[in-house]
Amino acid sequence: MSLLTVERLKKSYQEVKTAVNNLSFELNKGECLGLVGESGCGKSTLARCLLRIEPIDSGSIYFNDEAIEKLSERQLHPYRKKIQIVFQNPSAALNPKLKIKDSLIDPYGQYRKELNLNYFSYTSKDAFVKQLLEAVELPADLADRYPHELSGGQRQRVTIARAISIEPELIVLDEPTASLDVISQGAVLTLLTELRETLNLSYLFISHDLAAVSQMSQRIIVMKEGKLVDQFNRNHLFSEERHPYTKELISIF
Amino acid sequence: MKGLSVGIGLPKVKKHSWQGIMAIICVVFVFVVAIYAFFYLRHDPTLTNLDHRLQDMSLQHPLGTDQLGRDVLTRLLLGGQQTIGYSLLALIVALIIGIPFGLISGYKRGLVDRIFMRIADGFLAFPDTIVAIVLSGLLGPGIGNLVLAIVMVKWVNYARLVRSTVLSESQKDYVLIARINGLPSSKIMRKHLFPHIMGHVFVLASLDLGKIILLISAFSYIGLGAQPPVPEWGAMLNDSRPYFQSRPELMIYPGLAIMVVVLLTNMLGDYLRDHFDVKKEVQQ
Repeated sequence: MSLLTVERLKKSYQEVKTAVNNLSFELNKGECLGLVGESGCGKSTLARCLLRIEPIDSGSIYFNDEAIEKLSERQLHPYRKKIQIVFQNPSAALNPKLKIKDSLIDPYGQYRKELNLNYFSYTSKDAFVKQLLEAVELPADLADRYPHELSGGQRQRVTIARAISIEPELIVLDEPTASLDVISQGAVLTLLTELRETLNLSYLFISHDLAAVSQMSQRIIVMKEGKLVDQFNRNHLFSEERHPYTKELISIF
Repeated sequence: MKGLSVGIGLPKVKKHSWQGIMAIICVVFVFVVAIYAFFYLRHDPTLTNLDHRLQDMSLQHPLGTDQLGRDVLTRLLLGGQQTIGYSLLALIVALIIGIPFGLISGYKRGLVDRIFMRIADGFLAFPDTIVAIVLSGLLGPGIGNLVLAIVMVKWVNYARLVRSTVLSESQKDYVLIARINGLPSSKIMRKHLFPHIMGHVFVLASLDLGKIILLISAFSYIGLGAQPPVPEWGAMLNDSRPYFQSRPELMIYPGLAIMVVVLLTNMLGDYLRDHFDVKKEVQQ
């Protein structure tokens, strides 16, 4: 069953540079869809369009079979709690002036009345934050620290904890491991896979790193200069039918 | 170049320099004295006694009496309250207007920002002295009008400072995520952006405090601020002017008081600037 459907999505900047051009794809419930492409191919723009933080030029976005591309911010409210995002740079994604627990509580604080949590339970703020930190395998005493006291890997775990805190249906992972070292990368990817299974999440995993994408995702789509050039199952990664650009990407790794 | 570590090769400013600590202690001391004076007055600051005019130091009058026989120490202490109190009042009102103005302008951008900033530019076009003189001319001289004039000129600086900080901060991912998470603008400004501006605002405010004290004293000196018989340092300077030949200390006391307090607030400002800068470096 399709969770997210994108049809002929088009987005350009200043009427000259087309960032996303006629892009269509489907994301099924419970799966991790990998999106690969080189820097500047429109991956992040696509992510921002899906989250409706960037207006789109044309096309449609369906979430659970409902068109969300034209909704106003108020109408969007029920969807906001179902789609979360994890950005590339965790240092920028956490407010340096706020303690970890205050950053973590933001999504829940906003949607508390409309939420029905299955996995987490809210008794008090501290207990809730502790649960979240445990879910991403961080010590609970980090709650009272500031972001600059944490390592890059820990910070990214915190942003992941914030994204899962309201148990969304879809998380857009926009290069979540690009700013981490190799060891943290592996650990974060494993964590993400585990969380997807425990919390029944779906991922749109955006990366330029084909190795990471093929490790994480069931299906992979390849983007080049704003266009979708290839779409295949993970098992068919090395198949002869692959698009020349995909083969080129494979040869780099 | 940072205030206290001028020169190359000097070690970086420590988080707590002794000058800063001293400045804080002295400022607190001045404030405590000013407040203390309010509750433990030995003399009525406005009671004239021509029999005791221009007296020397004595146990009864530790700093002597002025040309109308009023106790100089009492007037000096109360004058401190007037000068510092009204300066703080002007500063706080300027902050209350300037901070939300800058926050909204920087966060909302677009048309709101343009309108707000043109208003601010309008205020910025007039130098503070001119505004104070014009207002005194229109509304009559008095400390209230002087405070109003200072607020009118100073709030713009805070609005602009806050706006520039908010402009750069609100581009960062954490504000975007707060928006995705449905936080209303008011909460984003309060919870996420407000903590970022306080450091800058504190530094500017403590440096401004000295300027405002000077401004209030200067305008009281030329008769556009505090009106007699209210004790105010600038006004006291002016009152003692005719007696400068025979009793120079009557002008030296308030003059010295103004100098010391302004110096202290400047030291405090320097210290705060270094302090907040250092903290920022650690965070990045």
